[in-house]
Amino acid sequence: MTIKEIEREIVDEFAIFTDWMDKYEYIIELGKGVPAIAENEKTEDNLIKGCQSRVWLSCRVEDGKLYFAADSDAIITKGIISLLIRVYNGQAPADILANEPEFIGEIGLQENLSPTRANGLVSMIKQIRIYAMAYNK
Amino acid sequence: MYSMNSIDEIRGQFPALGQKVWGKPLVYLDNGATSQKPQCVIDLVDKMHCGANANVHRAMHKLSDDATALYEGAREKVRQFINAPARENIIFTSGTTASINLVASSFCRRFLGEGDEIIVSGDSHHSNIVPWQMACEAAGASIKVIPVLENGMWDMEAFRGLVGNKVKIVAVEHISNVLGIVNPVKEVIEVAHAHGIPVLVDGAQGIVHCKVDVQEMDCDFYAFSGHKIYAATGSGVLYGRQELLEKMPPYMGGGDMVDTVTFGKTTYAPLPLKFEAGTPNFIAQASLAPALEFAQSLREGEIARVIEAEERKIIAYLKEELQKIEGCTVYGLGWMQQEGAQEPVWGAPGSKIPLFSFNIEGCFPSDLAQLLDKMGVAVRTGLMCCEPLMTRFGVTSMVRVSFLPYNTFAEAEHFITSLHRAVRMLR
Repeated sequence: MTIKEIEREIVDEFAIFTDWMDKYEYIIELGKGVPAIAENEKTEDNLIKGCQSRVWLSCRVEDGKLYFAADSDAIITKGIISLLIRVYNGQAPADILANEPEFIGEIGLQENLSPTRANGLVSMIKQIRIYAMAYNK
Repeated sequence: MYSMNSIDEIRGQFPALGQKVWGKPLVYLDNGATSQKPQCVIDLVDKMHCGANANVHRAMHKLSDDATALYEGAREKVRQFINAPARENIIFTSGTTASINLVASSFCRRFLGEGDEIIVSGDSHHSNIVPWQMACEAAGASIKVIPVLENGMWDMEAFRGLVGNKVKIVAVEHISNVLGIVNPVKEVIEVAHAHGIPVLVDGAQGIVHCKVDVQEMDCDFYAFSGHKIYAATGSGVLYGRQELLEKMPPYMGGGDMVDTVTFGKTTYAPLPLKFEAGTPNFIAQASLAPALEFAQSLREGEIARVIEAEERKIIAYLKEELQKIEGCTVYGLGWMQQEGAQEPVWGAPGSKIPLFSFNIEGCFPSDLAQLLDKMGVAVRTGLMCCEPLMTRFGVTSMVRVSFLPYNTFAEAEHFITSLHRAVRMLR
């Protein structure tokens, strides 16, 4: 699927929630489902620091496609990370660079991307783009 | 001026408290970060923007006179509120951070030399650490720390061991923004003064919860922000002992702080303007007058007893309910940590204010805060600008709830119910 198709799919999934708490319940479930990164991959190099929570992100390339693994000490952040990974995993660097993750706003989580939240998500998206740029040849 | 007889009547003065967030009634428990504003402060700010808006101390016209009168009136109000001897002792700044930076820069330039030491309390906010570090770096001096005990109180014996000839200033928290215990600043001041060392007290939280009399406390500097005690954002105060302020060089140069200027040499304005270079935030500073008058009215008569009773109830309830939650660690319980310990006099050193920081196993603080927010409850999480204290307790984040007199016991109950729901969701 293309990035846009996956984004559309996520937006549709979230459309069923009318209550904030249900939406967060779902994100928490997603967060719990993400396999934790191995402790030895939680290196300084992979660490994205925020005042509120920390995020680790690693990236590998296979047949010209990027694959990400990420973790956070905050479960809601992790849930949102799992959505980002679902969107970007297995995509070509050029496609990643051509797409802003607009679905996060569309599903009503835009405040999580506010720089003042300092939860590492904004820096994580930036880091994903940096990886994409590095592999975009 | 105000006749408030109940917490509800106090609440009625704060328009922001009546709002809903995410469709839920707001329960604002982030008062340690900033207070909401009473109508009298909002009115003053409006009135000045609509009328008395002109630069202070500068012009020969009515509007400037009006603005100056309000600005200087607020200075007098501050003087009375903390019982400072004279207006020369009251420097307006943009807040606690600016006040401490002023002393760290100006006092240290004059008095701090190579090999000297500065003592800070281990529960210090970053703004009572970093400015001193910068001063130490410039002078080749170093910082010593009063250790914080497991119950959140200072190790006073260790403090006594730190005091010596090399120490040039002691800078301590009146009340830590994380632990919420009234610290024994007077004792620290007595010990320091016996060695001829001046003491700065960071009163960002202290001014809000304690009656402060700088002459009785005998501190040399007392720093606080207006916005935490109902005034408009951008207001702040540095109280300083006059003989020290006279000896200190100006902090910033510019307009309003000068006597005569030539390209060769400038002589400075007398106190307090010597330290108030440039156009001050005169509207915010002026708002200190109604804000402190409002705060004062809550400290007198029947309403003071109503507030104390409510706060005592909130403190006892939160301690008990938080500790009931499985895996919950509450930091800085002070005397309450010890079974059967004697309660200090309300407001005296060692007493707890209605501020609790905690962690719950299996629930990351920012997750709790986000879920609480969706239930209308505003709390603080993160390092809270106190990384060394977080490290002391072996954590990278805490959740904090902090109450003001406008908060009710019912809000404390709502917070606990909401917290239980959030914990259930996260576990």
